[in-house]
Amino acid sequence: MKDSKDSYVTEDGRTIGPPMLEMKNISLRFGGVTAIKDITFDIREGEIRAIIGPNGAGKSSMLNVINGFYHPQEGEIFFHGEKRKPMKPYQIAHQGIARTFQNIALFKGMSTLDNIMTGRLTHMKTNLFWQAIWKGPAEREEVENREVVEKVIDFLEIQAIRKTPVGALPYGLQKRVELGRALAAQPKLLLLDEPMAGMNVEEKEDMSRFILDVNDEFGTTIALIEHDMGVVMDISDRVVVMDYGAKIGDGTPDEVRNDQAVIDAYLGVAND
Amino acid sequence: MFYREAGDFKKTYVEDSQTFPLKLDRYGFYLLMAVAFGVIPFFINDYWANAILIPFLVWSIAALGLNILGGYCGQISLGSGGFMAVGAYTAYKLMTSFPDLNMFVIVLLSGGVTAMVGLIFGLPSLRIKGFYLAVATLAAQFFLVWMFNKFGWFYNYSASGQITAPAREVFGFEVTGATASAAAKYLFCLVLVVGLAWLARNLTRGRIGRSWMAVRDMDIAAEIIGVNPFKTKLLAFAVSSFFIGVSGSLFFSVYLGAIEVGEAFGIQKSFLLLFMIIIGGLGTIFGSFIGAAFLVLMPVLLKNIMVNQLSFPIDIAAHMEFVLIGLFIMVTLILEPRGIAQLWRFAKAKLRLWPFPH
Repeated sequence: MKDSKDSYVTEDGRTIGPPMLEMKNISLRFGGVTAIKDITFDIREGEIRAIIGPNGAGKSSMLNVINGFYHPQEGEIFFHGEKRKPMKPYQIAHQGIARTFQNIALFKGMSTLDNIMTGRLTHMKTNLFWQAIWKGPAEREEVENREVVEKVIDFLEIQAIRKTPVGALPYGLQKRVELGRALAAQPKLLLLDEPMAGMNVEEKEDMSRFILDVNDEFGTTIALIEHDMGVVMDISDRVVVMDYGAKIGDGTPDEVRNDQAVIDAYLGVAND
Repeated sequence: MFYREAGDFKKTYVEDSQTFPLKLDRYGFYLLMAVAFGVIPFFINDYWANAILIPFLVWSIAALGLNILGGYCGQISLGSGGFMAVGAYTAYKLMTSFPDLNMFVIVLLSGGVTAMVGLIFGLPSLRIKGFYLAVATLAAQFFLVWMFNKFGWFYNYSASGQITAPAREVFGFEVTGATASAAAKYLFCLVLVVGLAWLARNLTRGRIGRSWMAVRDMDIAAEIIGVNPFKTKLLAFAVSSFFIGVSGSLFFSVYLGAIEVGEAFGIQKSFLLLFMIIIGGLGTIFGSFIGAAFLVLMPVLLKNIMVNQLSFPIDIAAHMEFVLIGLFIMVTLILEPRGIAQLWRFAKAKLRLWPFPH
């Protein structure tokens, strides 16, 4: 059923649509090093898709390909059924793909509010003239977008740090602000690169809750890389497993958990 | 006691993001404007205008400009002297070609031409960053100064190679030339400073300002959230050059009246401007003013103290001035690397809680 192009309804009542992003036979090489070997997978509308694998498996490279940072030597990418031309990352952001980074990539010189406001840049359009005058369209646009940002701030429960410079925040909150910046863009597809790395159990629980709520309330499609297997198996609808740049497994958490190739990759194979 | 936000409730997002969120700051600003426009023009004399207020105002505009590029967008430029020269020479050509043109128009057009030139010299920023960009912008500095020296057309083939500002009027008041009154020159500069500072504040608070700061803080993340780094950096170069061009045209026409390009707009001016924004505070409007005030007023103050009060010989005083200013710069940067504007911010934060320590 899951291989078809049709929608289906999950056990907890969410509707998963047809594939939104399809990666077909992607290969990425840096000189002689092959980072990604002939990988094909798709991300369906409304689902939470996890990409897992040991260190150096090519997971982050995969996100960078989706993002337009890397241009694969081979393969095709289809977004909403249309073949995607090679694009710059900022053009891809305008298509509705947002992401967070493994190492927090916030704008350290700006406050929480300003950081999240930058997430709205793809939605702001007033030209130089009106920006310079400020009163009028620029201010109206600012207020409209501020309202969206305030909703994100409420959703993530970070009202108290609205005007704090992000450099002064603890790690867990910085991760949350970064998620806020990505959410403020109201993306169709949200890429999360290790959203829970370095967090304690409570912070992980909070973050998992936010991810599920984002998916549930806004219907945002999410692709995430994560090392915490408990979390991955818990929250994701389908999982892609990578090892040494190749795909070694793909399916529901249960299918992947019982896959011999995946078990070998994680636990190692006995040589004798 | 009174310096609090308590009781000053913000009910809209517009109120929440205003320039002076505290009542006392707001009233202080209005008072400053009232004094600047309503009181000083009646008491100003030639010494105050030419030695203190006009250089301060002219340098403030340049500092605002460089701060937009360096402080907000994170692109280091050492070409400011060259861009000021573009402003000055454009103003000169316009003043001599169109004698009836209003000085405001001339000054703003000079800024516009400088913006175009800045755009061209900003192109390397798309490929190179940091120190390498600083070195690349040196090309602008040396090339532009060389160009204005080399081609007689720019200085109307005058024998000395100097350019001299003819007398020009704004609404019937002479603002340039030898006979212009101190008050008229001062008010002319003041109006431009207030107008341009307002523009700078507007540009840095919204969409454009956030794109600049995003590129400054982390260009990769900026690109990911949809900022076109190409356009953003070039816009910063253009806007910054506009300010610096306006400043250069005032520097020539109102402040000095006659200049020789190598002397007036040499590499020292680029460095001076860079020091201004670093000492004042990168990425703040207020810091541009403080930096300009510091580096323009400090030499005057030191000279007054050493020559007039302590009766040092003039040559020794001139050398001591360099030593002392260097010392001040070092002390300021050691105490607060983010400039005087940051010290000011700390002071305000303390004042809000006063008389309690926390």
